[in-house]
Amino acid sequence: MASALVNVPPKAKRGDIIEIKTLMSHIMETGFRHTAGGDVVPRDIITSFTCRYNGTEVFRADFFPAIAANPYLSFFTIAKDSGKFEFEWIGDNGFSATASATIMVE
Amino acid sequence: MNRCPAIALAALLLAAFPLLAGEIRPDQRRSGYSFMAPDTKAIQDDDTANPGMLFVLDGQTLWTRKLGAADKSCADCHGDAAGSMKGVAARYPAFDKALGRPVDLEQRINLCRANHQQASPLAYESHELLALTAFIARQSRGIAISTGDDPQLAPFVAKGRERFMQRQGQLNLACANCHDDNWDRKLAGSAITQAHPTGYPLYRLEWQTLGSLQRRLRSCISGIRAQPYDYGAPELVELELYLMSRAHGMTMETPAVRP
Repeated sequence: MASALVNVPPKAKRGDIIEIKTLMSHIMETGFRHTAGGDVVPRDIITSFTCRYNGTEVFRADFFPAIAANPYLSFFTIAKDSGKFEFEWIGDNGFSATASATIMVE
Repeated sequence: MNRCPAIALAALLLAAFPLLAGEIRPDQRRSGYSFMAPDTKAIQDDDTANPGMLFVLDGQTLWTRKLGAADKSCADCHGDAAGSMKGVAARYPAFDKALGRPVDLEQRINLCRANHQQASPLAYESHELLALTAFIARQSRGIAISTGDDPQLAPFVAKGRERFMQRQGQLNLACANCHDDNWDRKLAGSAITQAHPTGYPLYRLEWQTLGSLQRRLRSCISGIRAQPYDYGAPELVELELYLMSRAHGMTMETPAVRP
């Protein structure tokens, strides 16, 4: 199960700076830990995140092993037009998850 | 020779100490929340930043999933959890008539799976059990804890209290030595807190995941260098029961966030 929580204001005035918050469920296993038997626990992390606003990329982040489990991101953009925010998380072992949210711009 | 009475008196005072220091007055009780830094409080307060809500979301999905030989979901019997599960977690652990002893919410879920869904029990601290527990307990957020109202529970609350007051382990500490006597102080830079289980299952930043009250209790027991009880042990349930009845009237915060 890969649940995501995204928080985009449902309404905004044109030109407003809006805050977008995302939370993705992921174990973010660093790859630096060992089992009691001495074997390395293989790395399993999210490696990148992108946010598209009506198809245009407005935010991108690369993730690294030091980022905590269930990574939370908060970032800002300018409300230009009504439409859709699309979020995508990509990671190790073919991990891929998406979420979306709509905004009304007046 | 005349030192003997002094030693006897000292021994008597030491023995009486945990009882003398006594329990926290009801008006002095504080949730673990009030000990946290503003940043950590902000994580708990915002449902889109609280990682515990990811588990609640998963629990919501599991609530309606049909499974087991009976091919029934939780919702088939209990309907909408927002109504049927409201306040339930606030009165657990509760007395189970068939078993003749208290069961906690996790055990209740597994009993339901065994008796009504004819499904295999979920392991303690498994993602599914935590998610379901969190989803059910979330329905009680803001409701006052009423555990212990059932008079059948009284002997078990007493046993839990006894265990809370009992010194144990290589460090020879009772739960009460920290959580009743020294809750306003710090241990290695961290607040000790009063041990009111208002927000379980809760997301501990140290754990990087959600965890049950039993996990918390087992960590504490290891911390005083005693042998932890197994998950599901009656001793742990009695401790949970005592702690919940000790927090009687405080509000549920599930899923809480703690450092």
